[in-house]
Amino acid sequence: MADLSCNFLGIKSPNPFWLASAPPTDKKYNVLRAFEAGWGGVVWKTLGSQVKNVSSRYSAVDYHGSRVMGFNNIELISDRPLDVNLKEIKECLRLFPDRAMIVSLMADNDRKSWHELIKKVEDTGAHGLELNFGCPHGMTERGMGAAVGQDPEIACMVVEWVMEAATIPVITKLTPNVHSVVPAGRSVVKAGSNALSLINTIQSVTGINLDTFVPNPDVGGKSVFGGYCGPAVKPIALKMLATLSQDDVTNKVPISGIGGISTWKDAVEFMLLGATSVQVCTAAMKHGFRIIEDLCEGMSNWMDEKGFKTINDFIGKSVPTLTNWEELDINYHVIAHINQDKCIHCGLCYIACEDTSHQSIRLDYGKPYNTYTIKDEECVGCNLCNLVCPVDDCITMEVHRKSDEYLNWIEFQKRGLPLNNH
Amino acid sequence: MIKSNKLKSEQYEQNFADIRPPFEDSTAAKVEANRCLFCYDAPCIKGCPTHIDIPKFIKQIASDNVKGSAHTIFISNIMGAGCSKVCPVEKLCEGNCVYNLLEEEPIQIARLQQYSSMKALDENWKLFDRKSSVGKKVAIVGAGPAGLSCAHVLSREGIDITIFEKENKAGGLMTYGIAAYKVTPEFCENEANYISSLGGIEIKYNQELGKDFTLAQLKKEFDAVFLAFGVGETRQLNIPGEKLEGVVDAISFIYELRNKGFSSVPVGDKVAVIGMGMTAIDAATQSKRLGAKEVTLIYRRTQDEMPCTEYELDIAKLDGCEIIWLAAPVKIKGSGGKVKQLVCSKMKLGEPDASGRRSPVDTGETFTIDVDMVIKATGQAPYEKLIGKFKIENSNGKISINEDCSTNIKGVFAGGDAVNGGKEVVDAVEAGKNGAASILSYLGV
Repeated sequence: MADLSCNFLGIKSPNPFWLASAPPTDKKYNVLRAFEAGWGGVVWKTLGSQVKNVSSRYSAVDYHGSRVMGFNNIELISDRPLDVNLKEIKECLRLFPDRAMIVSLMADNDRKSWHELIKKVEDTGAHGLELNFGCPHGMTERGMGAAVGQDPEIACMVVEWVMEAATIPVITKLTPNVHSVVPAGRSVVKAGSNALSLINTIQSVTGINLDTFVPNPDVGGKSVFGGYCGPAVKPIALKMLATLSQDDVTNKVPISGIGGISTWKDAVEFMLLGATSVQVCTAAMKHGFRIIEDLCEGMSNWMDEKGFKTINDFIGKSVPTLTNWEELDINYHVIAHINQDKCIHCGLCYIACEDTSHQSIRLDYGKPYNTYTIKDEECVGCNLCNLVCPVDDCITMEVHRKSDEYLNWIEFQKRGLPLNNH
Repeated sequence: MIKSNKLKSEQYEQNFADIRPPFEDSTAAKVEANRCLFCYDAPCIKGCPTHIDIPKFIKQIASDNVKGSAHTIFISNIMGAGCSKVCPVEKLCEGNCVYNLLEEEPIQIARLQQYSSMKALDENWKLFDRKSSVGKKVAIVGAGPAGLSCAHVLSREGIDITIFEKENKAGGLMTYGIAAYKVTPEFCENEANYISSLGGIEIKYNQELGKDFTLAQLKKEFDAVFLAFGVGETRQLNIPGEKLEGVVDAISFIYELRNKGFSSVPVGDKVAVIGMGMTAIDAATQSKRLGAKEVTLIYRRTQDEMPCTEYELDIAKLDGCEIIWLAAPVKIKGSGGKVKQLVCSKMKLGEPDASGRRSPVDTGETFTIDVDMVIKATGQAPYEKLIGKFKIENSNGKISINEDCSTNIKGVFAGGDAVNGGKEVVDAVEAGKNGAASILSYLGV
């Protein structure tokens, strides 16, 4: 049985699964339920200046019958009194001393407010602080949240204030609502942030009610841009995480990965791209805290199969495989192969290739079942047929190198090799 | 003993409840719709005689375009609602679903089709516009599936249609010859009304060809004629005792069920049903559901040759009907003019016959079962006399048509059971469409 325990800057948790700063971590009742269910830690919902939430606040994107592929919220930071939150944090720490307790913060934009808030939170005995530089709605208008994270200079200034006061590890949470997360990431690391986390939510409009013409969520006939998260954002989050893992400044600090993690596989992917811990919200909001069981069991079984004893054995393992396009091997060529024994004759590969790709699949008419075969000489190896095929391992991509030699684009140009003639 | 009113009214209601119930709501329909893979050149379409674009109408359910979905169904099959209830889909669209190849349940195409098409009927969606009249008139004989389908296509193109129907209701065998747990008389009436609500279609009831009017009259008054009068009486067994009280034919039995209330239809305690087609199953299961204690289906070949589907056979078995394979009735014995026993020959399979199926051969051995009712479901015979009278070319009473559905008489076209001798409703709908296309081209429209 693999060891799932996680040590994030000395913050220890029995597993790398933390609940992200969000509604599930807003109060003691929820957090105790999460700890009872087995979650490794929580990032307590952001504390800071006093706010008031609107009523209707969530909306979602459903896809092909699957609910909440993407999730959107216009909720602000905790709207409960600070004293109540601090008292409850202390109680949770006392009842579950082995779990990670990180508190998310977003003070008013001045040194004094940050220093006072940090002092109060540290008094609870919390293990770490997470700076919310990412919230994309409500707080930005007041110069907080993403308004800080989007400007590396302001972010740097605030982190410097924080580091003057903080005695426990500080994680800076980055906003994805930027061209690149690297400038802000470098800036806050240089300013002393001990770690990074990402992504916060992405600004979005999830949809519009076609009867009322009001976008979702409808707040009395009006709406605002919200923050998008859930499975739909995972690929974007992974890419942003990878850019931090590749950068010489930001890859010196641990990173907590966030963004659409729903299964143990998602979590492993974040960790393979450099995350030391992962944070989950939408999946728990959709299914409840019980999902922690399979998150742990799935990761553990996978680690056993791969021979990884601890999570440190695989964190960052995929980072070196991400390269620049110019370095990809042009001589690596794959050709699709359809296993006729597995084929169910749905024709999805054919129509995808015929209409939108390279006309590389032959259709032999049959009643009721057509036969589909690959035209090897036409197939460019794009993977499209393999991706749309509904049957596992029916279409495989087989390697047929153009040549044994590794050849990249730069070398290809240098040699003046011929381009495609179609 | 043969008598009616054997059950309590709740029992009738339960026994004749819809066997293919609709989806409860849009969520349930969408869950199923989303299972559909949206195959290209889909095998299900190839299994449908009317070639409904099934993946398209299913995706339209998933996308909340139910109106579009109903239109997609009706453009190919104007009786899409009825077909969704009576089609033997297990050997048509659903039988071809690629999920079968994964050993998964096929998409419930029939129920999805029912979902969209019934919404259209219930809410009377106007999905088709009739072109303004082009001044041509076509007569159609028979308001069954073939006739209605032909009428709808022609009327859409601005042809003025008069349908002559010998019964007092439209729908043909859909209305009169199918088990009540599949379609109700009210449904059949709604469906026929929905089809004729397009406009340009007048149905004259109680008008029988050869009795109330002649083909010559139609030829004179109309620009073209489409014969879609189906098939007639059940074939005779031609065995001793066939005239005894208690021997009925399946079509009349089912007709009674459809026309009177369930409790008014008499049924025996021990019923033998001769045949193993869809009508035989409908007669056997409904006898049981009317309160018969023992129902035995008697078929002269084996399960491999039976005309009904496995699914239909299962309905009969689940209803507790017995089945005797390789048996042919040779004599019905009676006493006091009433049926008492059925004597059957034991058969064995011989060489393949014209249908390609191995033919039953009498072994000479017989057996006898006690019965008080015999229902004949041995297929319906074509209107051979009528067809002969009008000098229409035919083969054993089945009208002979050319590739363009035309008969040997100029301007007279034909389709449906009258031509094929008796197939599914969906085949008749397609025949009506084909007839309409040929008539349009004949009329130069």
